[in-house]
Amino acid sequence: MLSASIFVPLVAAVVLLLARRLGERQARLLALVTAAVPLVILAVAWLRFEGDGGFQLVESVPWIPTLGVGYKVGVDGVSLPLAALTALLFVVSIAYPVELRGRARQYFAAFLFLEAASLGVFLALDLFLFYVFFDVSLVGMYFLIAVWGHGDSQRSALKFFLYTLAGSLAMLLAILGLYLSSEPRTFDMAELIRQQPLDGDGLRAALVFLGFAVGLGVKTPIVPFHTWLPPAHVDAPGPASAILAGVLLKMGTYGFVRILLSMMPETYQRFALPLAVVATVGIVYGALVSLAQTNLKRLVAYSSVNHMGYVILGISAAAAAGVDGDPEAATLALSGATLEMVAHGLITGALFLLAGSVWARAETYELDELGGLAARSPAMTGAVVLAAFASLGLPGLAGFVAEFQVFAGTFAIYPALAGAALVGLVITAAVFLRMVQRVFLGALPERWASWPELSRTEVLALAPVLALVVLIGVAPAWVLDVIDTTAQQILRR
Amino acid sequence: MGDGMGGSGGGMGGMSMPIGSVAPEIILVLGAVVTLVFALFAPRRAQGGAAVLALVTLGATAVASAAMLRGPQELTFFDTYAADDAAVWAKLILLGVAAVTVALSVEWFAGDARHGEYYTLVLLSTLGAVVLAGAADLMAVILGVLLSSATGYVLAAYHRAQPRSGEAAMKYYLLGALTNAGLVYGAVLLFGLGATTTMLGLLDALPGADALALVTGTGLVVLGLVFKLGAVPTHAWVPDVAEGAPAPVAAFLTVAPKVGALVALGRVALTLPEADVGWRALIAVLAAATMTLGNLAALGQDDVRRLLGWSAVSQSGYGLMAVVSLGRSDLAVPALVYFLAAYAVANLAAFGVVIELRGRTDRAAYAGLARARPGLALVLVLSFLSLVGVPPLAGFGAKLLLFGATIDAGYVWLAGLAVVNSVISLAYYLRVLAPSYFEPLRAPVAVLGRWAGAATVVCGVGVVALGVAAEPLLDALSVTRLLPG
Repeated sequence: MLSASIFVPLVAAVVLLLARRLGERQARLLALVTAAVPLVILAVAWLRFEGDGGFQLVESVPWIPTLGVGYKVGVDGVSLPLAALTALLFVVSIAYPVELRGRARQYFAAFLFLEAASLGVFLALDLFLFYVFFDVSLVGMYFLIAVWGHGDSQRSALKFFLYTLAGSLAMLLAILGLYLSSEPRTFDMAELIRQQPLDGDGLRAALVFLGFAVGLGVKTPIVPFHTWLPPAHVDAPGPASAILAGVLLKMGTYGFVRILLSMMPETYQRFALPLAVVATVGIVYGALVSLAQTNLKRLVAYSSVNHMGYVILGISAAAAAGVDGDPEAATLALSGATLEMVAHGLITGALFLLAGSVWARAETYELDELGGLAARSPAMTGAVVLAAFASLGLPGLAGFVAEFQVFAGTFAIYPALAGAALVGLVITAAVFLRMVQRVFLGALPERWASWPELSRTEVLALAPVLALVVLIGVAPAWVLDVIDTTAQQILRR
Repeated sequence: MGDGMGGSGGGMGGMSMPIGSVAPEIILVLGAVVTLVFALFAPRRAQGGAAVLALVTLGATAVASAAMLRGPQELTFFDTYAADDAAVWAKLILLGVAAVTVALSVEWFAGDARHGEYYTLVLLSTLGAVVLAGAADLMAVILGVLLSSATGYVLAAYHRAQPRSGEAAMKYYLLGALTNAGLVYGAVLLFGLGATTTMLGLLDALPGADALALVTGTGLVVLGLVFKLGAVPTHAWVPDVAEGAPAPVAAFLTVAPKVGALVALGRVALTLPEADVGWRALIAVLAAATMTLGNLAALGQDDVRRLLGWSAVSQSGYGLMAVVSLGRSDLAVPALVYFLAAYAVANLAAFGVVIELRGRTDRAAYAGLARARPGLALVLVLSFLSLVGVPPLAGFGAKLLLFGATIDAGYVWLAGLAVVNSVISLAYYLRVLAPSYFEPLRAPVAVLGRWAGAATVVCGVGVVALGVAAEPLLDALSVTRLLPG
């Protein structure tokens, strides 16, 4: 069943490329219907999910048995929420109106191709398969940014591709290091988690850990590997930005949990403190740089650097305490970090879609050129304000629940770092309040006198995302229960 | 087939001349002769028939070769020639390369009055590489190198009216003459030390030999093969041939000699006493220099064929990683053969696009290709991404095995450098892909013809198929031996 959520979009992408007669409307409809299939599948998976912490709904076929490679997919409490988030964001992003430059079929094909790759990353239970999807996702995003972006989009796309490919290949070496240490040699994740082939001390373990940390850290991104992110975001079309922030960044943090924390926890424990420090630096740095931005998309992009810092901080705190420290605090931090991935995906996804709406109307992201839009566009104002408040961590919204858990868990393990990270939280509040003020309040510039309100399509697309932001904020238990079982199991090992 | 003439000793010591074990080579020679005779007597308009004869020859040779798979892994002809699976796989790759080259050539050379002979040269050049892949004796190595080189010079100069073609051939020839002479001298030195030229004999005789003579002899032999491989320091002919030789010849010469030479280099390396000659470190340094120089030089190229030439140099560097790890990792032999197959199919696909576009080689002229010819543009994407090593294409499997083998052999730094180089290579491949996808079409795009188009598409499909369905080949390679290892 889960395989269909990868292959249905993939096949539809090929059909879209081949069907030359298809018009824009039909292409969009086909893409939407196809993208809905994984969402339905994952909703069913969620209903059938049983919280025993292990992998479920597993589908496995030998692929290259000579090398110990299998096609194996499945879900657990960490991957299921992320896969569901991915499926939702793709439906919404595909539905979102955007300038297609006369290449509608190719646009939707690229999106569906990227969806297949993204879901593959979260569903894969084999490191080889994981890497295939991880790398292939770069190709899809490269074309989306370069063809349908604006500004210096070719350059930004190139930078994105080069940086993240470098990260991927660093990770490939690490995967090989792990693979060569396993006995019998295998890429099977469950088997590698059981074997723990390279855990603990030693240069080899340290090098492999470093390879993974750099590879996943580029994608996350962790400061100082973040420099590809702002240009890619600014020049990408709105929906692609939403996917980039909402889905692709999570591949990095997900890898930290799925690979580093699960397959080499003792090594992670050794490196937990330096990583937590780097994460805290990223939290404060991302917030400060975000504060200095005059470009709406850049501002949101740097706030992503800040938020990904919370995720890495939470995971590293859990790694530090998981084996012999405070298991409750560790579980809290890890669950919080996982929920933060989902919350950030929803919130920042919505913010980038809305930034796309701004561009469609104004062809600018400069805060100075905007202003007073609340008077013209209450729905857009409401949506941005909701997402912005969620992003700065207002209680009652998804971001708060996640960040609270991260902080609560981290405080018991790294109190000083948690305190320093709080500074980032305060700055982020200033970032978003100022942004809302400069875009929506104040005097309406003359040129925006006829600023169009959000269209019905835009409202319909944003509604489920923002509704989930509120729902998770008010009643997070249904998600946290799913996450917790697996988080506990990962830390018990 | 079997070994009909005289009783084979089995195992390593084939003290006999079983004709059956060189059946592929014999068929290739006969086919080349028949093709030549046909070309001499056929009227001008029927010269194309030589291409068909060449394809039939290659098919028959492939059948004879495939029959030898999983046979006794032994040396034959008084230990001078290897009949192991590594040789057979290399032959099969070479025959495929030659067949694609023939298909790419039919329309390209249609206007050339004497192009029937051309196919004879392709067959003989293939034979040279085939001999090289099986050579288990330094004399056989020399034979293979000379046959492959002599035909290569003529092929490179086949557009004799074009100064570019002549210049490329001249450079190829001068460098070749120098290194071939060195190869012969090196073989003489090793013969002097070991009193034999068979690798099996040298394996016993070389340890403890005179250090200076051993190092000099080894160095000269390695250099002779490195020339064929197009690796540093004898790489200079590759970009010139890629740019100046007739495009189908460029496709052939950037692949076929490499296949034979890499296998031969592997055999030579396994013959050398590691305690006396630090060949592993030497090859590692050559690999590092080759991949880095090739990539850096490709970065600034605006001529697609020259860019492909430099990319071919850098790919030789990756291939050498397999030689570095021979004997230290069970992934080394699979990496070597799989890399050659993956590189061959991707490089031929890329050259196929250039040929099908009638030799279009200016990077700027690729603007808008994806709108005019989406299929060809897609083949170009697949082949380039495969050369970078993006999954699930053939090149990814190759890099996975090469990196794995190199790490396994303890050369982590080389694997790290290969990663850096792979990232650099993406930059120049994208410099060609970007205009074809992101810029508007400027002029109508003419194509060459059906044969070239079909061969190109077949290679494009091969890039995907070899990557996704890698299991059958990898399964076979997991038990493949490279003698005398």
